[in-house]
Amino acid sequence: MTTPVAEVVNAAPPGVQPEAGARGASLMEALLPPVVALLVAIVVGDVLILTFGQSPAAVYRLLLDGTWGNAYGIGQVLYKATTLTFTGLAVALGIRAGLFNIGGEGQLAAGGFLAAMIGLAMPAATPAIVAALLCTIGAAAGGGVVGAVPGYLRARFGAHEVITTIMLNFVVLALLGWIVSAKIHVPESLHTPEIHSGGVTRLADIMPIFHGSAANLTLLVALATAGAVSWYLFRTRRGFELRAVGLQPDAAEYGGIDVGGVRWRALALSGALAGTGGINFVLGYKHYYEEGFATGAGFLGIAVALVGRNSPFGIVIAALLFATLSQGGLAVNALVPKQMVDVLQAVVILAVATAVPAVRQSIRSSAKSVARSLMQKTGAAGGGSR
Amino acid sequence: MKAPPLPNAAPGSVAIRLQGIVKTFGETVANRGAALEVKRGEIHALVGENGAGKSTLMRILSGMYAPDAGTVEVASGDGRLHDVTGWNTAAAIDAGVGMVHQHFMLVPPLTVAENVVLGREPKRGLQVDRRAAEKSVADLSARSGLVVSPSAKVADLSVGEAQRVEILKALYRGAKILILDEPTAVLSPPEVRQLWDVLRTLRADGGTIVLITHKLDEVMDVSDAITVMRGGETVARLETRSTTPREIARAMVGRDVALALDVERSDRARSLPDRAPLLELRNVCVDSPRRARVVDDVSLSVAPGEIVGIAGVEGNGQTELVEVIAGLTTLSGGEIRIAGHDAARLTVRERGDAGLSHVPEDRHRRGLVLDYSVADNLILGQQHHFTRGATLEAARIVDHARQRIAEFDIRPANPLLAARALSGGNQQKVVIAREMGGGRDFNVLLAAQPTRGVDVGAIEFIHDRLRRARDEGKAVLLVSADLAEVLALSDRIAVMYGGKLVVVLPRCEASIETLGRYMTGATGAPARVA
Repeated sequence: MTTPVAEVVNAAPPGVQPEAGARGASLMEALLPPVVALLVAIVVGDVLILTFGQSPAAVYRLLLDGTWGNAYGIGQVLYKATTLTFTGLAVALGIRAGLFNIGGEGQLAAGGFLAAMIGLAMPAATPAIVAALLCTIGAAAGGGVVGAVPGYLRARFGAHEVITTIMLNFVVLALLGWIVSAKIHVPESLHTPEIHSGGVTRLADIMPIFHGSAANLTLLVALATAGAVSWYLFRTRRGFELRAVGLQPDAAEYGGIDVGGVRWRALALSGALAGTGGINFVLGYKHYYEEGFATGAGFLGIAVALVGRNSPFGIVIAALLFATLSQGGLAVNALVPKQMVDVLQAVVILAVATAVPAVRQSIRSSAKSVARSLMQKTGAAGGGSR
Repeated sequence: MKAPPLPNAAPGSVAIRLQGIVKTFGETVANRGAALEVKRGEIHALVGENGAGKSTLMRILSGMYAPDAGTVEVASGDGRLHDVTGWNTAAAIDAGVGMVHQHFMLVPPLTVAENVVLGREPKRGLQVDRRAAEKSVADLSARSGLVVSPSAKVADLSVGEAQRVEILKALYRGAKILILDEPTAVLSPPEVRQLWDVLRTLRADGGTIVLITHKLDEVMDVSDAITVMRGGETVARLETRSTTPREIARAMVGRDVALALDVERSDRARSLPDRAPLLELRNVCVDSPRRARVVDDVSLSVAPGEIVGIAGVEGNGQTELVEVIAGLTTLSGGEIRIAGHDAARLTVRERGDAGLSHVPEDRHRRGLVLDYSVADNLILGQQHHFTRGATLEAARIVDHARQRIAEFDIRPANPLLAARALSGGNQQKVVIAREMGGGRDFNVLLAAQPTRGVDVGAIEFIHDRLRRARDEGKAVLLVSADLAEVLALSDRIAVMYGGKLVVVLPRCEASIETLGRYMTGATGAPARVA
């Protein structure tokens, strides 16, 4: 059983004996890279800000003031972090199973869309809690189906999920765009009518200080989901088997694990996690599905998972970090272009990717497996034509 | 075969001298003050258990690692020693130090000649001069006795031939000092003899050879001098002529060990119990994904209380045979019965529950999830027996691990340590403990290369466990490329060649010579050897 201690031990580099103090060293190893990455990002940011003729201190001050400096800013950060937690968990669960799910965009959109459809289909008199629950299940199902398709293709035909998930993004987004614009949009807009029931309470309704921010109780769902994913991965037999498949598929097969089955279940589950993120916008914020609401959040989930080192707790922290940067971009717009913050995000990702060997390893191995599967495909085609 | 006297009666000058080498990786100390001195024109065996630091020492010599402390000196053409501590691989190659790795570093789609000249191609204008390359490789091949066709594709070569290409590659780069890392692991006995001839030819030419190995018979066969390492230190330097395998083994392990060959051979005129076989194979066939028949019509049965050994050069279908019995490969034809039940359609897990235990040949790929803890690895394949509801029973798993660790003396005795951090021998003990330890209810054991890459002490232990399983009435199918092991353990011995079982002999009719001949496919040649 992988207890938390074993997790720390597992994170130790090969050959290291975990004697007394090794736990502290491993903790350092877990915390150091993100901190270093942030410092590097700040230094690069300094240079950028100076090239715009501004004072770095003033810009960072503005960034902090606009995010953690007032209740509205905090609310916005929490709102953005909620969606990113879901998409980050989705990517992390995939990586734990050795799969790189980059279909978060489509899965998130499909989840939001299905939640909105269910909310629209229900009479207004439906009890809020029942409606919200049904919509959430719908969101998970929507994302899950979009994830299950590449999962099945991988398990059945060996089609590489990096290719199929990214391609499915276009299919799903185009399909949803067509449905919304051709069938059910509100005139002069790109969104559906408001749902009749299933709205999630906003933070501002409980604590008026958050007035105007989009933060809502979905963030509790996100935290609970992070806990559930952690439990699933590290406490259950399914999680044991999923991680075994991710680390060493051959050993998993030897251990009587149905590798194909684990893969497609993992991608379906990953999709469901991303899809559930859709309720943050649809149930918690606007109460309708709008084309493009998910743009960027699916892909940013990859960065969140990498910086969070695929650990549910780390992902929550990383989601807050990226949400801060993204909200802060709006705040500093007066002094420097907000794209500067995009550059900072990229620098954080690059720094983490080089600072954390484990991250580097996971990127490398998935690149390698894409290359391998492409080679197999062409090899097989060549063999067949002979 | 006795080692011939040294070619140069005069004491050779020193070709390599490593002194006080220290190398650490994190908290692991691989070398702690290791030393090595090799004379020019010598075949020098570097022996030691797994994790003794042999490979690290050789990687320091060949420039792959820089030592933390100590000096590395290598003789130049005029015989003078130069301090080259901390050089890189390119400098080492320039100075004539070549290493042949255990895992070949060849490009399969290219030809032999292309592989050999890779990186140092003869050019004609901007193009590679293939003809010149093939000619120089052919010359080199003729001179060194490394017979291989320069225009053949490496992908089509046998393992033995591929190894010759690796050696040619080193020679082409002007290697005067050749380091070979466990070169015989993949060779049949005749190929081993050819390799020894090549090494002797090179020695006669003034070449210096360092041979990393843990097979003592090879050391006695071919080496002139021996350096023994243990725990990162050099513990002995011996002259082959004046030592014995027992002395070497004692130096390696630090205590007396029973060598496989010491076991009395025909002391067990056991009358095997006349009971129904626990494992039955009838006309088993396996096709590879490319539709080649890799296991061809194999019929064999293993009775309770019997060890049946399968000998053969690797790559003759043994791997596939084991995997098809374990349920990891699709059966293309025939029948597999475990304890009387038709197992052909059972999953891996169902076969395990039916009483099949499997020690896989590749513990790094199959047998262990290296990043899982020892405790987690000890339940791999049994995880459904350690589950309550949806969750794993953490406490029971750690308990189980503590028992197995005590039962099999797995070191370090820490159930939460990642399997990756263990030495090869202890990793294999984890696999053995899981498949054969207390609490595992099995009646058929598939043991594939159970002692590969395992140190002498652990080999003794593993052999003992296999015998004990037999004495408890289990059916054991042993697959090993190590003939001495097959001979030491088996009651009956089958030889596999080209996917077929070419012969099944009772132990008393088998010898290294007979088996060696069958292993090379000389089917009809010696019908029976008296």
